[in-house]
Amino acid sequence: MSDKIEISDRYSGLYRENIEKISESSSAYINSFREAAFKRFIELGIPTKKNEDYKYTNLNLYFDHDYKNYFMPVASDFVKAEEFRCDVADLDTHGIVLLNGFYPTINDKLQQLPGGAWIGNLNEAAVMFPEQIEKHYNKYANSETDGLVHLNTALAPDGVFIYVPEGVTMIKPVQIVNLVYSDEDIFNQHRNLIIVDKNAQFSLIVCDHTLSPQRFLTNAVTEVFVGENSHFDIIRVQNEHNNAGKVTYTFIHQERNSVASSNNMTLHGGLIRNSTYHYLGGEGAESNSYGLFLTDKFQHVDNFVNVDHAFPHCTSNQLFKGVLDDMSTGAFNGRILVRQDAQGTLAYQKNNNILLTDDARMDTKPQLEIYADDVKCSHGATVGQLDEDALFYLQSRGIDKQEARLMLMFGFAHEVIQNIKIEPLRERMDNLVMQRLKGELSRCESCMVNCG
Amino acid sequence: MLIINNLKAAINGKNILKGISLEVKPGEIHAIMGPNGSGKSTLAAVLAGREFVKVIEGSVTYFGKDLLEMAAEDRAKEGIFLGFQYPIEIPGVSMVNFMKTAVNEHRKHKGLSPLSASDFLKMMREKKEMVEIDSKLANRSVNEGYSGGEKKKNEIFQMAMLEPKLAILDETDSGLDIDALRIVAGGVNKLKNSDNSFIVITHYQRLLDYIVPDVVHVLYDGRIVKTAGKELAVELEEKGYDWIKKEVENNILA
Repeated sequence: MSDKIEISDRYSGLYRENIEKISESSSAYINSFREAAFKRFIELGIPTKKNEDYKYTNLNLYFDHDYKNYFMPVASDFVKAEEFRCDVADLDTHGIVLLNGFYPTINDKLQQLPGGAWIGNLNEAAVMFPEQIEKHYNKYANSETDGLVHLNTALAPDGVFIYVPEGVTMIKPVQIVNLVYSDEDIFNQHRNLIIVDKNAQFSLIVCDHTLSPQRFLTNAVTEVFVGENSHFDIIRVQNEHNNAGKVTYTFIHQERNSVASSNNMTLHGGLIRNSTYHYLGGEGAESNSYGLFLTDKFQHVDNFVNVDHAFPHCTSNQLFKGVLDDMSTGAFNGRILVRQDAQGTLAYQKNNNILLTDDARMDTKPQLEIYADDVKCSHGATVGQLDEDALFYLQSRGIDKQEARLMLMFGFAHEVIQNIKIEPLRERMDNLVMQRLKGELSRCESCMVNCG
Repeated sequence: MLIINNLKAAINGKNILKGISLEVKPGEIHAIMGPNGSGKSTLAAVLAGREFVKVIEGSVTYFGKDLLEMAAEDRAKEGIFLGFQYPIEIPGVSMVNFMKTAVNEHRKHKGLSPLSASDFLKMMREKKEMVEIDSKLANRSVNEGYSGGEKKKNEIFQMAMLEPKLAILDETDSGLDIDALRIVAGGVNKLKNSDNSFIVITHYQRLLDYIVPDVVHVLYDGRIVKTAGKELAVELEEKGYDWIKKEVENNILA
């Protein structure tokens, strides 16, 4: 108990000292949630392993540390971010570069992209689109019992805002490159809001890169609204250095007949915890949650998924895979809740993991709560080694053992990658994963960021 | 080509092969028949290099080399091919990538440069036609979601791609309908020439209506108990294996 109080004290001190400064640049509406959220955080604290949802992840490793800076980067820092260009061949996107999760408010303002979507920072959006903010902000981040979501609501100074108005089809995806850079150890909290209105279509790619070797900790909350009959895809490529801690929450709220997919590709990072909440809030909605992670050394990756079937005739898929080398560890926690009214639900979950050494460890926990009668639900979890029979099959065709192992691991990972609909990105991911499996530095050749 | 001499092998400490001797010459087709549990698949596994089968005694010489000393992939590159009784499904690995890697490993072994993408695809096309497999199969993951017959045809397709000197077909006919059986047998007959050899392991005489063996062996309880010409297969089909079992038991008693 004393630990919890001490560590949480560090963060409550932050609130008292900085709340005035943070509130200055945010809208009254966003500020109106801060105090209650902070009180709730004080009650809950930073989640410990005693919390069933965090049983396998020790956040203290990163939270019990004195960071030098906890808030927005200063203006001059954004200059460096502007120099960065991602250049995946054939990947035709609208590119946006963030610094430590923040939208560069120096030169770029909230803007309308060709095609019709708006992108910018949350604080400016609160001025330009107050009705959208009031309708959606803090409506979906409803993990009541998770202290870190409340800490984010209390203290996040800003974040990215994306608004895809009704009927807008964004043919080109938006690619956000999030640069993590600082001269000192920093703790970042940002708050993103994505609104995909009725009959719209939108794909978002988010790539993380660390630019400096300092210790980083991120606590990011993203709320997504997917309106009736809309399509939304989010693909995250997590590629930070092994001294970076990252906690992400993505709350996806779906309306009737919408389709939303989330794909977390974790290539590098010290400690990563991704919580993805899918709320199927209208008949005929479909959600897909994918994840792939490749770990080595002392890395730890934890994927937490919560799928809430609240309406009839919705479909959900979960496919998460991990390849763990050295003494790395991983966790998967997949919850499916089928509420009483959600008749005709189809819900699938699959979690497969390969341990490459005896020291690697994976904990996997499916949780199914079903209160409706007419439901088709399946789940399966495996933790094992490479399939010896498959290995021999490849060898028996003249492929040497080393190459055969690589092919099997790649095939294993490709099952997740193949769900990426954007072809050049799919190919790039195949490449990055192959490099990663070969033990080579896994970064885009054209990327000047060294994220290994 | 292949000389097996007094081969004894065990799986998990249990003796399965109890002294097998066999010689295969270039251009020959040998059929190995026998009841379930007689050691047919174990023999195939030893020849292909499966590590869970432990050789206790005896030798296997392949073109003058000690086969048992060679890794599975080297045996393959030296021209040994195993057609699996139960081909393995490998999700995420495409047939094209699998075969391209295998063919180029074989070429490297022979000191040849890798095939260009277009030459490789041309080769795939020709072999697919040769063994009459659905061209769409090649775009899928290895054996994933294939029917039993498709899996077996895919084994013959791989054999056609790799052009082995010695192919061991482990019950490639079991579970096939007559059309698939004809295609599998047709593939073997098209690939057959005076330099390569086949060991066809089968439970049923039916396959041997299409692939005519030079020699038929009966394996029983880890030993070859009878060797004769192709007429032996017909006799087995008519009379079953019981008379052989009796003969063996009488010999032991005598």
